[in-house]
Amino acid sequence: MLDVKNLSLSFRMYDGAFRRRDLKVIANLNVSVREGEILAVAGSSGSGKSLLAHAILGVLPKNAILEGEMLWFGKPLDAALQKKLRGHQLALVPQSVTYLDPLMRVGRQISKEKETVKELFGRYHLQDEVARRFPHELSGGMTRRILISAALAGEPKVVIADEPTPGLSPHLAEHAMKHFREIADSGSAVLLITHDIDLAVRFADRIAVFYAGTTVETANASDFADESLLRHPYSRALWRAMPQNGFSPTDGTQPYAGSLPAGCLYAPRCAMRTPECVSAPPEPRDIRGGEVSCLYAT
Amino acid sequence: MSKLKPIAVYIARGITLLLAVSICSFILASASPINPETRYRLSHPGVSDEKVAQMRDYWGIDEPPVQRYLGWLGGILRGDWGKSTSYRQPVLDVIGVRFKTSLALMLTAWTLSGLFGFGIGSLMAVFRGRPLDRIVKRVCLFMCSIPTFWIGLVFLAVFAAMLGWFPFGLAVPAGVPPEQVTLGQRIHHLILPALTLSFLSFSNLALHTREKLIDVYDSDFALFARARGESDTKILFRHGIRNALIPAITMQFGSFAELFGGSVFAENIFSYPGLGAAVSVAGTGATDIPLFLGIVMFSACFIFAGNLIANILTNLIDPRTKEAAR
Amino acid sequence: MNRRLSAAITAGVILAVILAIYIGGTFLPESALRADFSQKGLPPSASHIFGTDFLGRDMFTRTVKGLSISLVIGAAASVISAFIALAVGVTAAMGRGWVDHAVNWFIDVFMSVPHTVLIILISVALARGVKGMLVGVAVTHWVGLARIIRGEVMQIRGRQYIAASRRFGKSPLWIARKHILPHMVPQFFVGLILLFPHAIMHESGLTFLGFGLPPEQPAIGIILSESMKYISGGAVWLAFFPGLSLVVLVLLIDKLGNTIRYLLEPREAQL
Repeated sequence: MLDVKNLSLSFRMYDGAFRRRDLKVIANLNVSVREGEILAVAGSSGSGKSLLAHAILGVLPKNAILEGEMLWFGKPLDAALQKKLRGHQLALVPQSVTYLDPLMRVGRQISKEKETVKELFGRYHLQDEVARRFPHELSGGMTRRILISAALAGEPKVVIADEPTPGLSPHLAEHAMKHFREIADSGSAVLLITHDIDLAVRFADRIAVFYAGTTVETANASDFADESLLRHPYSRALWRAMPQNGFSPTDGTQPYAGSLPAGCLYAPRCAMRTPECVSAPPEPRDIRGGEVSCLYAT
Repeated sequence: MSKLKPIAVYIARGITLLLAVSICSFILASASPINPETRYRLSHPGVSDEKVAQMRDYWGIDEPPVQRYLGWLGGILRGDWGKSTSYRQPVLDVIGVRFKTSLALMLTAWTLSGLFGFGIGSLMAVFRGRPLDRIVKRVCLFMCSIPTFWIGLVFLAVFAAMLGWFPFGLAVPAGVPPEQVTLGQRIHHLILPALTLSFLSFSNLALHTREKLIDVYDSDFALFARARGESDTKILFRHGIRNALIPAITMQFGSFAELFGGSVFAENIFSYPGLGAAVSVAGTGATDIPLFLGIVMFSACFIFAGNLIANILTNLIDPRTKEAAR
Repeated sequence: MNRRLSAAITAGVILAVILAIYIGGTFLPESALRADFSQKGLPPSASHIFGTDFLGRDMFTRTVKGLSISLVIGAAASVISAFIALAVGVTAAMGRGWVDHAVNWFIDVFMSVPHTVLIILISVALARGVKGMLVGVAVTHWVGLARIIRGEVMQIRGRQYIAASRRFGKSPLWIARKHILPHMVPQFFVGLILLFPHAIMHESGLTFLGFGLPPEQPAIGIILSESMKYISGGAVWLAFFPGLSLVVLVLLIDKLGNTIRYLLEPREAQL
């Protein structure tokens, strides 16, 4: 439904009046979402995952420069098409209550149609009275359901959920994920952006592993059952870092946006590194039903 | 009920402020060497010392200061604000009549600066960062540095002297009996002074509104609105105005001090017979102390009223503080 | 070009202009302001770029003289005001809670009366004239700077070396003098310069209303208030150019203040 190919994103910054530099935050990113599935984009915080959502929706700041290709049912997803789809077929579920206008009653923020609000409230077990509340009068769980309702008011084909669970209790997080499952089961696609790999493994169908502004591997969620099923050295490192797999850390840190290496972004920390890795970024390859960007993946 | 508590506290604080103002201004006025005695000696050359002593007794200026102050304050509270020496009428009557005239001017200027300030601020915010915004912002910053009295003179020179569109001053045409003055004539006389008076607070409000709205445009909820297909203009009307209006109204009500101060200049330049013009009448020449003290107290009440309204608005209208007070 | 260098040049040029106005006005020969009835009421021309008034005096010369007077009075008033602000700000920040509350309350008392009315009241209490106006302008302008200084001191006060000094038994006064005041110098200096334009504007305004300088002095306020009589006759240049010069001077000083702030604290200032 939605394919993102070789996407790069940088910000044009000005130091003083004339010195200009471009700060690269996303590089050669590949992701595609299919009908009826939850695709998780998982990676550690501060790695520009939210910007991917903003790029797809076309709501990046003005100084952003986008390269690469985005396709919506095979058609180029340009500014005009984004404008047409936003809020209808393409929807965002934002992170927190700050994404609601603090001075507007929540009912009106979900939809102008009272019937739509009523129907969505019914679906998410919200009392009609909640529609008359202001955002600061909502509990965490209510906020979550309101934000999902606001996204679903337009009956979208693709839902992008940006970190929908932080701050929620495990119970509520599970609830929220069930809502996304329902959305996917009804035929839409869900792009779930999260730093919680555990959550991704439990609820998503496929997982795109995000590292320093790029996707290193797209694997089936079931591949995370064992280290050997994974393809990329970083995915394996991530797997080893999961609590149930020994919590073992990897040396080094993610490269900072603006000082990304020229070749494979993981090369500086990779045990399998060779000179070829450093010279040019590896092309994505299909291996065992997944996609991986590593010269030595098996 | 407890919503009212912060307002009650505010009023109590306001009363202490007004008392302090009354004490300070009374001390200052009493310290002035331009007192009834010097004035009397000036207007009656060669008057005998016995006569002066008699008059001192009449004015009560040999009483202890505290007693005099309490007498004056008691009068203020009872509604007896003394007698104006320059208008030969009770101070409260002078203030009442003149304030009514000033009110038309201040209200017009206040409304004008409010509407245009908010409108132009919104315009700048929608075009933020683009040439239109940069130019208008520069103009507004420039306008902040222009003194009221000069812009009044420029308006007078351009619109009255050179173009002849508006009269040179006064609130009504000279020589026309008050009952025959039409509303049109009053408005005609009001426009230039009102424009002058609105000039300063207009640019402040515009810049303030611009900042507030840019905050809105940079907010998470504006991003979400954009992600749901709302355009910049729609965001302005759906979210921007809602979020920028309360601060703007608060600021407008908090600007009563500048409004009153500005009216002193505007009314002097345009010979507009309001309270502002009375300030310089009371202060110059023989110094009309009772009237001047009366105006000080009245202006303090006026400013307090403005701040109180601003306070009530933020406390009662904004749903977030409403919740906090509960 | 280097931004600091261009800022320094800007500051230098503005300072030179201000100095030129001051020197030009102060050391003006008495004869330059003399009436010349053969030249009266002339609109601006090449020989009198601001025109002449109804006694035939050259308005440009009078404007420069007026601005130089404004500069002196403005400088005196801002210096007094800035020191009041420093004293109040540091006291509020260093004192106990109730001192801070008292100072805040006191500031509110000041803000409860329109500035213009308060300055007139003070001016009247001091028998009007230069002294009254100077004191009036000085005591009404410290509030903003006092708040800034209070905030700044509060921040410095929280740092560790202050706590260390206190533990060594140093008195608050000693700490204020040794550790806090030195940090305040840039803030104070910039604040002082930025008070300047306001002081000048209030001085002119008050003089305009007849509470400041005596009518014999060619202060800008006097020039403008005299011009009112002639505007209806079409002599609009009498008000226009002197007032515009005042606005330009005010903007220049404002720019100077912001430029110096940038030079002193490049990280915090925006040009």
